[in-house]
Amino acid sequence: MTVASDLPLWAAWVIVAATLSGSLLALTGSIGLVVLKRFYERVHAPTLGATLGMALIVIASLTFWSLSEGRLALKDLLIGVFLTVTTPVTLILLARAAVYRDRVEGENDAPPE
Amino acid sequence: MSASDVLFWGLGVAQILLLLAMLMAAGRMVRGPRAQDRVLGLDTLYLNAMLLILVQGMRSGVGLYFEAALIIGMLGFTATVALAKFLMRGEVIE
Repeated sequence: MTVASDLPLWAAWVIVAATLSGSLLALTGSIGLVVLKRFYERVHAPTLGATLGMALIVIASLTFWSLSEGRLALKDLLIGVFLTVTTPVTLILLARAAVYRDRVEGENDAPPE
Repeated sequence: MSASDVLFWGLGVAQILLLLAMLMAAGRMVRGPRAQDRVLGLDTLYLNAMLLILVQGMRSGVGLYFEAALIIGMLGFTATVALAKFLMRGEVIE
């Protein structure tokens, strides 16, 4: 059971709503990862969870810790900032590696130069 | 329904959703078909695990889970960049 039982009821509902929508977005992104056909389509799918899904869960976490500790707890923002900076970097690098490999192997799947 | 009940059950459902998302990502990682698909699956797996641990921190009220989530996020970033570099050049550090 949760330790923070002194949270007001509306805050609990806000936290749960934000977390649920964030995890639904992450799930949608992962379903896209399985369902989509080509790599260049698939590479878009997980960003759904990495941007808005992550932001919603971080906001829920911020609200939870700020209310249960009784002060402004901004440490979860660190994860948000870090992921916002790193997600485009990783996915651009990965997409470039995939394009390079496809061109070297002469796959017609690769986008034109 | 008290606030702790709402948090316990609501965040539990969110954790199940994230666990399903992790399973999907793991499925893509196992199935491939090519190396870049596997790396993408691993990246998504890392991300969903990080979110799962953040939610677990809220659910249990233990602040230490934040550090675990931060470390997983950083390791995931490094691992994916290194793997992408490896796919591109055949070596990580030139």
